[in-house]
Amino acid sequence: MRGFDPRNYTGFLTVTLVCLFILYAPLIVVAVYSFNDSVSITRFTGVSLRWYADVFTGLEAAKFRAAAANSFSIAIMAAMAATAIATAAAVGMVRGGNFRGKPASFALISMPIMVPEIVTAVATLIFFSTIGFALGYLSILVAHIVFCIPFAYLPIAARLQGIEASFEEAAQDLYANRWRAFRYVLAPIMAPGIFSGFLLAFIISLDDFIITNFVKGAGVETLPTAIFGAVKQGIKPNIMALSTLLLLFSILIVTLSYLIGRSGNEKYQN
Amino acid sequence: MAAGIGGRTVSSAFAPIRLWLLLPSWVVIGFFLLIPVLLILVYSFLTKEFRGGVIWDFTLAAYDQFLFDRGLFGDDPPTIQWTYITIFVRSILQAAVATVLCLLIGFPTAWYIATRAARMRSIWLFLVTVPYWVNLLIRTVSMKFLIRENGPLNEFLLALGIIDSPLEIINTDIAVQLGLFYSYLPFMVLPIYAAVERYNFALSEAGADLYAGRWTIMREIVLPVVKPGIIAGCILVFVPSLGAFLAPDLLGGAKNFMIGSLIEEQFKGQAGNWPFGAASSMILLSMVLVVLFFYARGQAREQV
Repeated sequence: MRGFDPRNYTGFLTVTLVCLFILYAPLIVVAVYSFNDSVSITRFTGVSLRWYADVFTGLEAAKFRAAAANSFSIAIMAAMAATAIATAAAVGMVRGGNFRGKPASFALISMPIMVPEIVTAVATLIFFSTIGFALGYLSILVAHIVFCIPFAYLPIAARLQGIEASFEEAAQDLYANRWRAFRYVLAPIMAPGIFSGFLLAFIISLDDFIITNFVKGAGVETLPTAIFGAVKQGIKPNIMALSTLLLLFSILIVTLSYLIGRSGNEKYQN
Repeated sequence: MAAGIGGRTVSSAFAPIRLWLLLPSWVVIGFFLLIPVLLILVYSFLTKEFRGGVIWDFTLAAYDQFLFDRGLFGDDPPTIQWTYITIFVRSILQAAVATVLCLLIGFPTAWYIATRAARMRSIWLFLVTVPYWVNLLIRTVSMKFLIRENGPLNEFLLALGIIDSPLEIINTDIAVQLGLFYSYLPFMVLPIYAAVERYNFALSEAGADLYAGRWTIMREIVLPVVKPGIIAGCILVFVPSLGAFLAPDLLGGAKNFMIGSLIEEQFKGQAGNWPFGAASSMILLSMVLVVLFFYARGQAREQV
């Protein structure tokens, strides 16, 4: 069989393009319609930025601002807490030698990913209600920290697994204590993984609707719950503008994460 | 330095303080997720309080309501209650179909990406992962906008003359299907991609040397080798699809209830029956655990 290339299958490129088309078409359509000049969402009458202005200065602007403030402050705090907890856990799991409860420990850390989101939402709501924890900003923050931990853990642990143990061993041979070996040797090499973990946790927190919807209590909204509430009455043009802004923000973050994740990935691997 | 050479030797520089490193994650997840999940089990056996909440009287009422219809006043002879069973069966079918669709589109995509040159590979992969980072709610709303009755899709098809009257996709099972497929497709592509990337193409060439055809090679050689990636992808799509809320709620309308909407209704909606919501959550969780159990067992077998 001369000229046989085991990599190429006819039609696979077409399927890939169809796949990308399905993934992007709805997003692009909404982005385009967000620039529509019309009050109607059906007819495209001309290009304008009026709905973007409406997001910031319109009737619902105060509501969106409050929701955005909640969303971003919760996402930053939850991602920081989850990253700190996950970094410690990754060092313990990957550099802590073999121990008996290792599979159980891994199962517990990945539990928030394994349990369906709606079940986590129910669990958290009834737990808070049983112990009498008031639903509001704080309950959302706690719930977000919990489900962000595995998302921060996975990239951090993956990075750590790729780093040779000789680095911190050399540091310890030179009389660095454990903390210094971590702080000055291991942590800088792990930094891209820690940063990816943080960004992933941040996006996951910003993205969450189901769990937030259960534990938010009355009056406290995040961007997804505010958008969901608005969409229940029908998709309005200002929601499309707001969605497009969030969309661009997500793309910015993923691009950042991609560029950082690529930097110096091969240098320290065995 | 023996530790680095073997590649997979277990490093233990931090073993003495291991407990302190792991404790924060154990405490946070154990206290705020493991205990709450166990609490769901307790709640599913409690008596419902009118309009949400519970009374601490143990009863099987929630599970009874799930399975049996005892009439309006609860004193008729019990007959099988099909409403909730139907919702669960529909959810399983929807999740299964979504998984198959994702596999049919996701496998060729993952294959195509994994067989590109390294530079192009990372660009393709980037393109596939970007939508995963975009807010799921926004993606679902975008899909709703696109396929609604007088939405851009129908306008486009009408303008081209392909259809005479708008397609009624929204509020059907097909719309839910489209939403699930769209939500979880990247979860299928990534693990298969990882498996194909590690695949040794000399195996395919050996097959070709022995006069196997292209698709025979795919079926007999490639698929068995990359199977773990395929199974991982299927689980990553099936599990979240089973408990999905946004796609059935926004795209399916009232007639296409799935488990996620049923549970939500008990806590946030009109129904306000916490024990019943807890029981439904436990049934959903058990189904997921069965899937994960078989997956773990299969993996353990592969390693032996």
